[in-house]
Amino acid sequence: MPKDGGIGASSKRREDVRFLTGRGRYTDDININNQTYVHFLRSDVAHATIKGIDTAAASEMPGVVRIFTGADFEGIGSIPCGWQVTDRHGEPMQEPAHPVLAQGKVRHVGDPICAVVADTLEQARDAAEAIELDLEELPAVVDMKAAVQDGATKVHDDLTSNLCYDWGFVEENREAVDEAIKSAAHVTTLELVNNRLVANPMEPRVAVGDWNAGTDDYTLYTTSQNPHVIRLLMGAFVLGIPEHKLRVVAPDVGGGFGTKIFHYAEEAFCTFAAKQVGRPVKWTSSRSEAFMSDAHGRDHVTKIELAMDADNNFTALRTETYANMGAYLSTFAPSIPTWLHGTLMAGNYKTPLIYVNVKAVFTNTVPVDAYRGAGRPEATFQLERVVDKAARELGVDPIELRRQNFITEFPYATPVAVEYDTGDYNATMDKLAEIGDLSGFEARLAESKKRGKLRGLGVNCYIEACGIAPSNLVGQLGARAGLYESATVRVNATGSISVMTGSHSHGQGHETAFPQVIAEMIGIDESQVEIVHGDTATSPMGMGTYGSRSLAVGGSAMVRAAEKVINKAKKIASHLLEASEADIELKDGQFTVAGTDKSVAWGDVTLAAYVPHNYPLEEIEPGLEETAFYDPNNFTYPSGAYCCEVEVDPETGKVTIESFAAADDFGNIVNPMIVSGQVHGGIAQGVGQALLENCSYDENGQILSASYMDYAMPRADDVPFYSVDHSCQTPCTHNPLGVKGCGEAGAIGSPPSVVNAVVDALQRAGHDVTHIDMPLTPGKVWAAMNG
Amino acid sequence: MTQVSMTVNGKAVSGEVEGRTLLSGFLRDSLNLTGTHVGCDTSQCGACVVHVDGVAVKACTMLAGEAEGTEVTTIEGMANPDGSLSTIQQAFQDHHGLQCGFCTPGMVMSAAALLQDNPNPSETEIREYLEGNICRCTGYHNIVKAIMAAAGQDVSKIAAE
Repeated sequence: MPKDGGIGASSKRREDVRFLTGRGRYTDDININNQTYVHFLRSDVAHATIKGIDTAAASEMPGVVRIFTGADFEGIGSIPCGWQVTDRHGEPMQEPAHPVLAQGKVRHVGDPICAVVADTLEQARDAAEAIELDLEELPAVVDMKAAVQDGATKVHDDLTSNLCYDWGFVEENREAVDEAIKSAAHVTTLELVNNRLVANPMEPRVAVGDWNAGTDDYTLYTTSQNPHVIRLLMGAFVLGIPEHKLRVVAPDVGGGFGTKIFHYAEEAFCTFAAKQVGRPVKWTSSRSEAFMSDAHGRDHVTKIELAMDADNNFTALRTETYANMGAYLSTFAPSIPTWLHGTLMAGNYKTPLIYVNVKAVFTNTVPVDAYRGAGRPEATFQLERVVDKAARELGVDPIELRRQNFITEFPYATPVAVEYDTGDYNATMDKLAEIGDLSGFEARLAESKKRGKLRGLGVNCYIEACGIAPSNLVGQLGARAGLYESATVRVNATGSISVMTGSHSHGQGHETAFPQVIAEMIGIDESQVEIVHGDTATSPMGMGTYGSRSLAVGGSAMVRAAEKVINKAKKIASHLLEASEADIELKDGQFTVAGTDKSVAWGDVTLAAYVPHNYPLEEIEPGLEETAFYDPNNFTYPSGAYCCEVEVDPETGKVTIESFAAADDFGNIVNPMIVSGQVHGGIAQGVGQALLENCSYDENGQILSASYMDYAMPRADDVPFYSVDHSCQTPCTHNPLGVKGCGEAGAIGSPPSVVNAVVDALQRAGHDVTHIDMPLTPGKVWAAMNG
Repeated sequence: MTQVSMTVNGKAVSGEVEGRTLLSGFLRDSLNLTGTHVGCDTSQCGACVVHVDGVAVKACTMLAGEAEGTEVTTIEGMANPDGSLSTIQQAFQDHHGLQCGFCTPGMVMSAAALLQDNPNPSETEIREYLEGNICRCTGYHNIVKAIMAAAGQDVSKIAAE
């Protein structure tokens, strides 16, 4: 019987009502009296010296308030990078400046050169067309391997080369791994591309800057996953505004997927310019602008080698990856191909020796940073593809090869510095066989064959690291921030509760799921609990939502704060009940004295806290409000097994997804309905990467896929109903809820399933195809089949 | 600037617009009906779908002036007269057919238009009809399921949750 409330219930989402009736309040819905509009004039070439900017005519255009150029930002800080990676020789990465508006040079198509502020957006756009730019075009570097050749054009003149860092992990293992590969009975090698993607949350980015002339306070409304991080980065590093004079609000946000983590130049511009022009300044990104200014994702070129002994046990793994940073370092960019990628290369397997080399490269392209999964999809894809290829080379069953090498004992310390606390990879594989009906595949294969279609089955596993992260650990690894989370649990006099959290909900349903936890702890109705988030003025300093961390870290902070509240409430109850505090129990919203029929209701205790007439004032303070900061002591390690069945049309190469099943282990689950929804969405994004999506540049650095006419994302008729299950649960051992995180799993686990399935289909049809790079468009698949 | 008049969600409205003003802009900026969202600039995403004289239209692809004299319905006009969620809206909530909510107004408006034309659509018909509406959050699973449920179909056999 499903629960009808609390932890484990599929409570319907309360936020849906406003979204379904058009009453959501997204950043673009915010208009402030007397506001101006800014339009950014962006570079239309990938690399050029700015020889001149003539704004004279444009400045005279109707409605123009002021035109800003890079010169207006002399002395203003650089857009900061939040993570410093140390290379394999112990040297810090190369870190270029990133001005708010271009200074001297432009380095990618979309680099902002001028900002036109006008009374209306149309006037700003019209005036931008009247600006005369003198750009002297320079050769562009686009290909990563060419970018690090001697003599390559440099993206940044003041750096020694285009190599941001050359990272080795674990460097001490390098020679042992080389040796193990040399002496292996079998080595499977695969070279592959993890295609460049654009996150494309449906809501484009928006920023509205406001400045109060009376108080010298600033407010920025922005489409962010983490308003406190924006306040910290922009206030401290770019504009020099102290936190107490700067409020950042991220109201309803229409999806993020990572791309709304980062601090962007447009946010700093609108905040800065609001004071300069003495009026609010609003920017709304167009979709084409988003393609040229939102941080992109993935874009790795990798060679992976898997060594095995004569019994097919994995003995060593070696990878070499080129990771694109784009033209500047976005907020978390350096950490993605390193600490969020290299540490996951053990996957679900007990490979004893692993060495990961990553060369991060500057190119004349849009900056690249975290996109749903961030490093973990790249790790999973190469590992699960090479394992699949190995099985085919050895002529063994891909599932059995995986099972043979599974980690089965926990905790397990990998050779890449992380310790998995729990997991049961055979259990999720067993569950997958059931929900994916793997035993029925042959019959479906025969049926497809009758219709002239090539059918294939792809199976894979994944592991990810969520709940980022222990602050002291990430500090050692180069993070320039702590990665705790905060919560204030404010109990009102009548017993209702507001929870101010540093986590941010932009589709994940925190407003529904977080109250389920509080309701369970206290035994009150979920409707009595409200979540307040997205505003630095109301929530304690928090690090926001990304990396599937909200429940594992933010939820844990909330639990800790609620425990403090309950402890204090028990003290009050013990006074009211004239009993020892140790005998007070809280259940179903009633405080009782163990072994007696004496009780007092939650609401009476909370009322006493705020109307402390009969109250132990000499022992405890009035009021009932507590704050907790929770710093996790490990990552969490969700895992799972996925399968996909495809049909390939031998005439056209078109791939259709016939079925998709996902068996995940997320530990304990608060709202199964929301968890399934997260997995569905992740699978669709992974299928998009595998079959459709590709952000492409030509050799001159022109972006060729800068609109929805050119960048293909999954539509409703590209995907089937999915079969998802999360009944395999090995709870996390180190957070109070035993939760692991579910937001990225689908996007991590699904790309290899699709590619494995297509390769399987082609091999079954007799084609000598071992790999096709994503996206598997009909043209590529047809070419693979036809030599 | 020209004067336009139309009926929006049953109310007569009028306003001054430039010739280039899109219907989506008129609804959002002049009428403050911000439920109609703009997610792209190439008529691909469908977040701005409204009904004009009963037909689903992408409001970013119609000039405000072209809507002169028409009856427009937006997401703000879709709830029942007593303010409760309509059958389609309720089905989206019941079946978790939305996450971030940004594409949702367009999805609901498209679903309403579909069910008006085809009260009992198949899964395939729903998926094909939604070709013009992109959702980045749900993977479409629960949107399709919600529309089937709104049409009165038994969706209990479709993967749980």
